[in-house]
Amino acid sequence: MSLSMYLLRRLILAVPLVIGISLVAFLIANLVPTDPMAANLGERAAADPQIVAAFRARWGLDEPLYAQYFTYLRNLLQGDMGTSIRTRRPVLDELLRYMPATIELATAGILVALIIGIPMGVASAVWRNRPIDFVSRILSLIGVSAPVFWLALVALLVFYLRLRILPGPGRLDAVLAAPPNVTGLYTIDSLLARRWDLFSNAVSHLILPAIVLGAFSAGLITRITRSSMLDVLSMEYMTTARAKGLSERTVIIGHGLRNALLPVVTVIGLSYSNLLTGAVLTETIFAWGGIGRFAYDSARSLDFPAIMGVSMLIALVFVITNLIVDMLYYILDPRIHA
Amino acid sequence: MWRTLRFQIKRNPLMVVGVLVCIAWVVISIGADAFAPYGPMQQNMTNRLQPPNGQNTFGTDQLGRDVLTRVMYGGRISLPAGLLVIIVALVVGTLIGAVAGYAGGLADELLMRLVEVFMAFPTIILAMAIAAALGPSVMNAVVAMVLVWWPNYARMVRGLVVSVKSNEYVEAAQAIGASHRYILFRTILPNCLASAIVMATLDIGNAILLFAGLSFLGLGADPSTPEWGRMVADGVNSFDQWWLSAFPGLAIFTVVMAFNFIGDGLRDLTDPRLRKSMN
Repeated sequence: MSLSMYLLRRLILAVPLVIGISLVAFLIANLVPTDPMAANLGERAAADPQIVAAFRARWGLDEPLYAQYFTYLRNLLQGDMGTSIRTRRPVLDELLRYMPATIELATAGILVALIIGIPMGVASAVWRNRPIDFVSRILSLIGVSAPVFWLALVALLVFYLRLRILPGPGRLDAVLAAPPNVTGLYTIDSLLARRWDLFSNAVSHLILPAIVLGAFSAGLITRITRSSMLDVLSMEYMTTARAKGLSERTVIIGHGLRNALLPVVTVIGLSYSNLLTGAVLTETIFAWGGIGRFAYDSARSLDFPAIMGVSMLIALVFVITNLIVDMLYYILDPRIHA
Repeated sequence: MWRTLRFQIKRNPLMVVGVLVCIAWVVISIGADAFAPYGPMQQNMTNRLQPPNGQNTFGTDQLGRDVLTRVMYGGRISLPAGLLVIIVALVVGTLIGAVAGYAGGLADELLMRLVEVFMAFPTIILAMAIAAALGPSVMNAVVAMVLVWWPNYARMVRGLVVSVKSNEYVEAAQAIGASHRYILFRTILPNCLASAIVMATLDIGNAILLFAGLSFLGLGADPSTPEWGRMVADGVNSFDQWWLSAFPGLAIFTVVMAFNFIGDGLRDLTDPRLRKSMN
């Protein structure tokens, strides 16, 4: 099977999944016994029957449930996710506005996790039961056990308030204006605008949240790399590679790590949901204006169009992440080609 | 028995540490009334925001309540909540997964698609939506977590049931005319439960962590309740009073780490592949 056929098949399989997710999001938003009116109009306005009636008509709350769902699906297909009750702006616009910040943070977080996790896992497996293995096992356990919100507070306390070597919450210092919007990622936009001062400021603001967010995944990746590497190291092809007279480095990296990476790729795909949970908490503490913060604010004000929008967006990201994982699998593991 | 115990301690010291820490936290939480120096709600406005000292080992909070006392009481919510999520999710997931794996065909297809939908759902967003809609409470946080947690177990138990189903003793049970219910619950499931329970134990730490996260966001316990995540949140805006969030955070950290030690140890004990590579 060629790569494009393989991808096409995976894409078709993803369609019912996305529909299912939209249905669940819709049902949760609608079956719960709360009144979005009380939350959005305030008690005074909610007591006025005229205002309430106008509100119901505006959001289609008078139609039967299944009709509301089909209206929602039809609008969704046309790229219309409704209007946020809280901000009164189209949900899609809001998502597009907040997404780049989350992409920037999540990418930095996963990079941190990979840069720390893979070498540590490999070292741990190669020098098994030596001090370095012990240290990396303890560190990885700390990574998967420490509450991300607590880690964020401790990091801010130590590096921002006490040592004063890194900036506090926010994506840029308050006195600086954001670079001209191209991608929405401040690090990239500032480079495009050749504003080195902005770039270094954006990077320095990114360091702490990225490390805090990446800590859990780093721990997870270290653990998986270690156990997967241990499996691979005992394989016969490793002995063969050594017998061929290859350097130990080539044997470990070229033959060992390459084969050990398959389970790691899966975990990176799976740890996306952990990353997202972490992103909500990290964004809240670091005042990072991303999707997580938007979701949190929306949930607090029962802004269901916005919550449904976030859910759909994240489900799509999930589907895309899985596609990428499948694709990497296809490239890494020749057995799938058959 | 003592010899096996000593052998285990030697082979897996971290697991023993994990068990001891867990027991310690359970004892502290249950006996908080007896051990805690003050009452969890006892305020002392003349003694607000005191740093750790002789009278208040972990300091005091904005209302002059003793942080150590509240940390000791905090386990009463976080520990049962995490356990409850895992147990309910395990039961629901096992039932659905077992039925899907045993029945096969269309039922299997449909149930597994349902599993995928819930797995794709972002845990924290779903939890936020539910908690926001039903109102924030410990119970609603637990419900939200169960909703996103059961698919993991359903998927795993289904796989186990499918592999056990083809064993000869299942055929034997069919041959003597046993009912489907008998075959599934008496013949197949008992052979799947050990793996499912090990996986569930591995997850307890994560469940406590997520629950604390929801609480931290204000989607769990009431504001004044002594709950660890909630207490960390109380310290967010007062950085100079680091003890407000440092100690409850440390409590979550040690409990989760202990459960991870236990989970790792259990996996090593039950995974024959790992056991082989250890010798």
